[in-house]
Amino acid sequence: MNDSQELIRTPFYNFHVEAGAKMVPFAGFHMPVQYKGITAEHLAVRKNVGLFDLSHMGEFEVSGSDALAFLQKTTTNNVEALEVGQIQYTCMPTPEGGIVDDLLVYRLEDRYFLVVNASNIKKDFEWLQTHVFGDVKLENLSADTGLLAIQGPNAEKLMAKLTDYDLTTMRYYTWARAKVAGVEILFSRTGYTGEDGFELYIPAQHGATLWNAIVEKGKPAGLELIGLGARDSLRLEMKMALYGNDIDETTSPVEAGLSWIIDFDKEFVGKDIILRHKLEKPKRRLVCLELEGKAFPRHGYEIYDGDSVIGEVTSGTFSPSLQKPIALGYVPRGKSKAGSVVEVAIRTRRFKAVVVKPPFYKEGSHK
Amino acid sequence: MANIPTELRYSKEHEWVKLEGTTATIGITDYAQGELGDIVFVELPAVGDDVSMMKPFGTIEAVKAVSDMFAPLSGKIIEVNTALDDDPMIINRDPYGEGWMIKIDISDQGEIEQLLDADGYNQVIS
Repeated sequence: MNDSQELIRTPFYNFHVEAGAKMVPFAGFHMPVQYKGITAEHLAVRKNVGLFDLSHMGEFEVSGSDALAFLQKTTTNNVEALEVGQIQYTCMPTPEGGIVDDLLVYRLEDRYFLVVNASNIKKDFEWLQTHVFGDVKLENLSADTGLLAIQGPNAEKLMAKLTDYDLTTMRYYTWARAKVAGVEILFSRTGYTGEDGFELYIPAQHGATLWNAIVEKGKPAGLELIGLGARDSLRLEMKMALYGNDIDETTSPVEAGLSWIIDFDKEFVGKDIILRHKLEKPKRRLVCLELEGKAFPRHGYEIYDGDSVIGEVTSGTFSPSLQKPIALGYVPRGKSKAGSVVEVAIRTRRFKAVVVKPPFYKEGSHK
Repeated sequence: MANIPTELRYSKEHEWVKLEGTTATIGITDYAQGELGDIVFVELPAVGDDVSMMKPFGTIEAVKAVSDMFAPLSGKIIEVNTALDDDPMIINRDPYGEGWMIKIDISDQGEIEQLLDADGYNQVIS
């Protein structure tokens, strides 16, 4: 969180206000929560293409001859497996086996580039600093780095109007350096929506150039501006975890379903405890729940089995794609299999909820 | 800026009231729908139910939040807008027209004086 009362404006703040966005404070930033409406924006990303300002996210650089060893120690995935040009989803574990943050690690030519959650920038940087050893240089680039995401099945078509770089061979979870709208930037084929898409890291002084070019090329093709509201429902339909809701320092990556980003063949902070979670099997698991009826599950609502409270909803919404209520929540392992039936208490009533296999939305365009 | 028609009356809880004889048509204001964002569904009482001034008569589930709606006047429900079942976002598009919620037969004309006019409501939201 930002300690001062003053909210930070991203390089795109004026564009949001001009576009009529509803602005809200989020993790110390002025951010657009919606423009036209969350449902319309959500569906625009699923069917066509949308533009997100994600400049609140944090960016760090890690360099030095011990950078790889340092990241191997402080993150759970195998950084050694990354080739130059590749990106990996991972998390920073606590010594107690919880999660400090989830993040992306980019292997650049001679260093690593980390993308962390906005609400954790300060915490993550300080945490990494306390673990530095040997020849490691850690830099926080967050304040000068703008981030725009172009997401949707037509994202490649739009990007192709902005760059000469060959996108047809660019794979998911890789990055490139090329001129986009005349500005040399780093961009990656990544996202938090389940759709094909790109994330563009933009030096703040070039923000206006990129924004204007993307909007100019995108508008005729139906590009929509997307706020944080639709960002949340898009990621939720894919069961992508949101730090602070679905995962935090008290949740194990194993119970959150993130074992696939843990490499137990290397040493890392908290490994013994997380390995025990894996071997003993976690007591609870983060599951996908589909509800029946006119229900709107929200963070903190209790999950019941008969008369007993067995868990809590960590994220919920009324899915714009599926047109039904969906939620993520932790339930005991015995109730975590697809097909298990539980109930979610929504104010004075209980609604039947069925555990389903992730993701909720199965038609995503990302490859 | 939120639209506040001068011919309507308002409650501090962001309901509007259109009076025609002893019938009051009730909905939520443009300001309220804007604050709530996309409305996902509404729960309304049934025809024949009684509602009491300042008491909850239904709930609105919007993407951002759930909120209770409070009856601006007391009376008996004579009509409910069933079109909202299929498309609750009518309320977002046309809060004072097609997005009306209930019609009641007013039981206490004296309560009408406690409602706000457009200027009074404008002060509530500014």
